Amino acid sequence: MNSRTHFRLVVLYVLVAALLLVLAGRLWTMQVLDGRHYRQVAADNRTRDIVVPAVRGVILDDQGRLLVRNRTALVVSVDRTTLSRQKDGGKAVLGRLALVLGTGYDDLSKKIRLCGPGIQRPCWPGSPYQPIPVDDRVSAKRALQIMERQEDFPGVTAAVQAVREYPRPEGASAAQALGYLQPITQAELDQRKGLKVTGYSGVDLIGRDGLEATYDAELRGEPGLRKVVVDSQGRVTGTARDRPPTPGGNLVTSIDAGVQGAAEKALESAIKDARTRGRKADAGSAVVMDVQTGRLVAMASYPSYDPSIWTGGISQDEYDALLGKKKGEPLISRVTQGQFAPGSTFKVSSVAAAVGDGYDLHGTYPCPGSFNVGSRAFKNFEGQAHGQMDLHRALVVSCDTIFYKFAYEQWLRDGGTKPKKKPSDPMVAMARQWGFGSRSGIDLPGETTGRIPDRGWKRSYWNATRKAACKGAKDGHPDIARTDPARAAYLKAIDSENCAEGYLWRAGDAANLSVGQGDVLVTPLQLTRAYAAVANGGRLVVPRVGTAIARPDGSVARRIEPPEAKRLPVDPKVLAYIRGGLAGVPKSGTAAGAFRGFDFGKVAVAGKTGTAEVYGKDDTSWFASFAPAGKPRYAVVAMISQGGTGGESAAPAVREIYEAMYGLKGKKPMLKDGRLPAAPPGQPAVAGPPGQPAVAGPPGQPGVAGAAP
Amino acid sequence: MTRVSGPMNRRAAGTLGGYGEHGVWQRRAAGLRRLDWMLVLTVLALSVGGAFLVRSATFQILTDQGQDPEGLLKRHVLNLLIGFGLGGLVTVLDYRLLRAYVPILYGLACAGLLAVLTPLGSTINGSHSWIVIGGGFQVQPSEFAKVGLVVLLAMLLGEPRDGEVGPGRRDVLLALALAGLPAALIMLQPDLGTTLVFTAVVLGMLAVSGARKRWLAGLVGGGLLTAFAVWFFGLLKQYQIDRFTAFMDPSADPRGAGYNAQQARIAIGSGNLFGKGLFQGEQTGGHFVPEQQTDFIFTVAGEELGFVGAAVIIVLLGLVMWRGLRIASQAADLFGTLVATGVVCWLAFQTFENIGMTVGIMPITGLPLPFVSYGGSATFANMIAFGLLQAVHVRRRTFD
Repeated sequence: MNSRTHFRLVVLYVLVAALLLVLAGRLWTMQVLDGRHYRQVAADNRTRDIVVPAVRGVILDDQGRLLVRNRTALVVSVDRTTLSRQKDGGKAVLGRLALVLGTGYDDLSKKIRLCGPGIQRPCWPGSPYQPIPVDDRVSAKRALQIMERQEDFPGVTAAVQAVREYPRPEGASAAQALGYLQPITQAELDQRKGLKVTGYSGVDLIGRDGLEATYDAELRGEPGLRKVVVDSQGRVTGTARDRPPTPGGNLVTSIDAGVQGAAEKALESAIKDARTRGRKADAGSAVVMDVQTGRLVAMASYPSYDPSIWTGGISQDEYDALLGKKKGEPLISRVTQGQFAPGSTFKVSSVAAAVGDGYDLHGTYPCPGSFNVGSRAFKNFEGQAHGQMDLHRALVVSCDTIFYKFAYEQWLRDGGTKPKKKPSDPMVAMARQWGFGSRSGIDLPGETTGRIPDRGWKRSYWNATRKAACKGAKDGHPDIARTDPARAAYLKAIDSENCAEGYLWRAGDAANLSVGQGDVLVTPLQLTRAYAAVANGGRLVVPRVGTAIARPDGSVARRIEPPEAKRLPVDPKVLAYIRGGLAGVPKSGTAAGAFRGFDFGKVAVAGKTGTAEVYGKDDTSWFASFAPAGKPRYAVVAMISQGGTGGESAAPAVREIYEAMYGLKGKKPMLKDGRLPAAPPGQPAVAGPPGQPAVAGPPGQPGVAGAAP
Repeated sequence: MTRVSGPMNRRAAGTLGGYGEHGVWQRRAAGLRRLDWMLVLTVLALSVGGAFLVRSATFQILTDQGQDPEGLLKRHVLNLLIGFGLGGLVTVLDYRLLRAYVPILYGLACAGLLAVLTPLGSTINGSHSWIVIGGGFQVQPSEFAKVGLVVLLAMLLGEPRDGEVGPGRRDVLLALALAGLPAALIMLQPDLGTTLVFTAVVLGMLAVSGARKRWLAGLVGGGLLTAFAVWFFGLLKQYQIDRFTAFMDPSADPRGAGYNAQQARIAIGSGNLFGKGLFQGEQTGGHFVPEQQTDFIFTVAGEELGFVGAAVIIVLLGLVMWRGLRIASQAADLFGTLVATGVVCWLAFQTFENIGMTVGIMPITGLPLPFVSYGGSATFANMIAFGLLQAVHVRRRTFD
């Protein structure tokens, strides 16, 4: 062997050794230095997390009747990600799916596009990584067609899911109180910790309104997580970890389906009656509250809608047609979100304010047809004069001029147009103490505050509107002047007054406030609460709809206790006096017509009508009441927007509700001994999806469901 | 050259030269004692270890498919036995007589490679390199072409020369031309891996044969130029480009070409120091790594036997190379040296490429791991190579 060959063999030795050392070094790096990382990656590689949705809890009334339950449905869902990986972007798949489901390709493709600016419903408001339900009323046969030909339907799943259903026991809908569910958005999904959503065919819904929103966390339950071992084809070869879902708790409410149904029916018939009398009657509400506890027994809002339209998505057309302005925006709960001038029902606060300010509770005061507040004459309703009277009678006949006098005199004491440094404004202060102008704190979302106008509000309102007022003052209203010169001149005068001194708390403002007019706005719930306070001796309760969260096995997970009630700064004697006055209203006062022939012997109703003038619209009709007058249990308040006087529209609705509750006029009573019956033991089981244990109803423990004494 | 006399050496001399007073077969049996037993044991260890790994890689998927879980293992063991038989046969043959058969061997190899390109050939894993015989048997001519190449080059470059240190220009050009034909045929399949093995073998054998440096430099330069041209003119198939890009960044497309690379790395990396235990690999059991019993057999070792087991395999393969190079340097003639060198270059490059691709330092090509991977043609070819090493060793020079 020559030396060159020998040398080159040696080079080869070294080369081969070097190559093998490189391999060994690389192995050391991967297996020992980076071993932990690769272990983790391997584990992720091998396992998939499957989220097993929890069955959402049901919502029950005080006697265990189901207001919301779950229906099992075969839901066909489409996974956008899988679809987009198809060669044609999933067009062929959607086409085939449309054929099977009996819809059009366009409908389907619209349903699965993502909502965004400029995109009208139908569109998907939820997370783009979530399978999108396109049909929740699929027959088993069609579902099978899809599942058996998965190669034709990549990304399409058909699975059994629980879908919300509204059985309407006793005709009770309570749609606005119950609320509705909507797909969870990506942002909300991101907030939920540790839920990797893979292979999840479910629709993750979240409560968007009403009780569904307030108690979402408890109703939702805890989704289960199944960690499955998969092979390279994604086939499941075993289960590594299985955490079963915890079904959501059932929400027991104080709503009584019977009373709720009666309230809805009474409200609707009162509105229809008002329309036959030529009133516009565009909206209304009726509330029944337990005056001792603040628990709501019924809360009806008109117009209403069928909440089951939410399941399976809703198109823009449907949305507009069912939930839009034309239909009176039925999603808005008039109970908690409607704001209306309360009219004379507000006088309970004004009486308390006047007495608190030193006026004699038992004194007599003149009730002329009209009272001059500064330069303007403020009139009684229809200008009627009643002569001298006490406050009791002032409430019964609803005299306004007495309250104008109180308000004007108080305003003068505060310095009039040149106010003192710290004006006392007793009517404003009292109204706030009664809970007006601020949220009641009910367990429903989106509650509005109403408005108690005061000096501060006047100034900020003036700042916001001064420009327009000054323009009107300068130019007048030429368009109106053409047809109605007198009115244009009036408007111009108001504008110039507002432009110059609109920030001032004027005598007229004080006078209007005293009778619940002008800029005062209250929600029906606030008024109900105020009347409950009158009825229960001065405790301003915090309203509650939910009474308890029950576990699926029926035991109580949590009692929902209302917060401590605040006390009104009113002498109980004054409240008793007011109660006496209100008791006369249905018998001989402004509501006597509505309560003609009512069996006061069985249940003594005390109440107050309200007729609030609204500029450019029909009057708002109110009737706020409680019963029995001697030992009050329930406050019932009805409001009909553009319904005319309180006596003609709202009072009959309230009467109908009482008749239903106490079983008058041949109706079966819903109340036993003036009380709602306690929930019977043993609730109907609620069927969950197959494989899930049946969800038991709430407990039958007395005091949990049903009205407290 | 002088020879030290002695009983052993006389016998050796007899084997080397004609056949003396004893019978041919007796002499050949006596030659067994001159075998490189370390090499035998090493190859045996690799084969047995490989068989276990093949079982681990296949029993789960075969069970899933409702087949005999040991089906592939049994076939592999049979292949190994046939392979050892072939190796033994080559060992007892006087390798120098091979020279006479080189034209036939070469012709057969080229014919086989040509046949692959005709409708006789079939495509397995994107590589059109198989001839299906029927009855579940298939032949990969390119594996045998490696043997043919080694012997051919050894003959051309190992001609006894007078005074010259290395092969002349004519010899080199002829060798390149004759090696180029099968290489081109393999490239047409296309089988990048085997082409690269050819290149490594040609380079190594030219170098050891004593060819001038400028030939080697020219060859390396030409290779680079060719690679550039292939890339530039788009001669590579899309899947090959994908494999290359996947090699650069396996996570770019984990379900596409990068999938193999990524899964291989996950399997090996998750083995850590001591592995998850034979037959206990989770990645292996879920058959995440495609082609695991053949090209990616090393990932089974990496996952189940950990760094320790994988290193043992590398050491054993290193032992094979070391014995091969030792045999090359002790060979009785240049022809023997070159045969051994060719075999070592072949096995060494294939080992580096195969393990390198599983640990992500080489692009993915379809090359099995010598002596370890499941295979028919590959096993036979490896065993013949092993036999060639032994044949050279048995007839080695007896001094050093």
